[in-house]
Amino acid sequence: MYIIVAGGGKVGANVTRSLVEMGHELTMIEQRPDRFARLEEEFGPVVLRGDATEISVLERAGIARPPELLLALTGDDEDNLVISQIGKEGYGVPKAIARVNDPRNQAHFDLLGIKQTVCATTNILGLVEHEVPEHGLVRLLKLGEEGLEIVEVQIESNSPVAGSRVGGLSLPEGSRLISVFRHGRTELVEPGTVMRPGDQVLAVVSDDSALALRKALLGSSREEAGQRRQ
Amino acid sequence: MNAVVIGCGRVGSAVAKGLAADGWEVTVLDESEDALSRLGPSWRGGFVIGHGMDAKVLERAGIAEADAAVVATSGDNTNVVIGQVVQRRYGTRTVVVRVLDPARAKFYAERGLNTVCPTQTAISVLLETVQAGVPALEAT
Repeated sequence: MYIIVAGGGKVGANVTRSLVEMGHELTMIEQRPDRFARLEEEFGPVVLRGDATEISVLERAGIARPPELLLALTGDDEDNLVISQIGKEGYGVPKAIARVNDPRNQAHFDLLGIKQTVCATTNILGLVEHEVPEHGLVRLLKLGEEGLEIVEVQIESNSPVAGSRVGGLSLPEGSRLISVFRHGRTELVEPGTVMRPGDQVLAVVSDDSALALRKALLGSSREEAGQRRQ
Repeated sequence: MNAVVIGCGRVGSAVAKGLAADGWEVTVLDESEDALSRLGPSWRGGFVIGHGMDAKVLERAGIAEADAAVVATSGDNTNVVIGQVVQRRYGTRTVVVRVLDPARAKFYAERGLNTVCPTQTAISVLLETVQAGVPALEAT
């Protein structure tokens, strides 16, 4: 199939190499002259020099055919958003995948209708959470459209909130505790609920307050928690 | 009436001062604290340091209560993204976005964004002036 790749940095170049080896027809757009020279040496006429957010450059790359797939892989989230919007809305590209560099910008991609995104930081953090139980916070469900997440936090004996009533806690903005699971039973959280070590707390958090909630419930960092345990 | 001006360069700062002179409550947002000097020593409006892509910064600048937002940072793509986010997420009544590239300004104008393109204005005025055969101004 025909693919346009915008951005020839590490991600764009490696993706292009694999796609070309797979036999796809491809045009890659890179603006920086130093990178362009290196890429042209490796990939030849597949590489086009220019700003992929300029409509005329995208047209030279064949955006009007349109390509079956558009990959917006630059290191700039605003550029990736604009490239994807021009491709999808202006030229009817059926599939656009955008790279999200700063996970805080994910909400903007969702809001502006760029549904297929890849964020390395978020992926790595997700793996860390699954692989390292001491991390203390598990993301159970992401409600993309609403910008909310359901997370679970296990209270430890050294947690700063252990022994405190929920009503007296100062929790980060954008977070609500839902329920506590203890001794095989779930209780909805009331202001009078006392946090106890071993409690599994369900909470709903807005997009970027998960880590702040973990800090509020479990203390500042894993290293410190580890030292206290020893 | 409240306005948030995002980007305090030559254009943003002048728009902010103009609105403030008309009695608007204006908050200006810029990444750099140095940009505050463009507003002059008598600036009585708000000033928030931060990036307009950051929803928290926008909210600190009062975007949720604003009647109007002017987006005029140095980046076209940054401006069209911020403009769309403000329009869709906060429902701000008037959102106007500066876009230097005429093609991108037209593309986003056709999709419901209020764009202003100084480059297109310059092109049109230059063309009209030449085509109308306006004589050179006499030195006085």
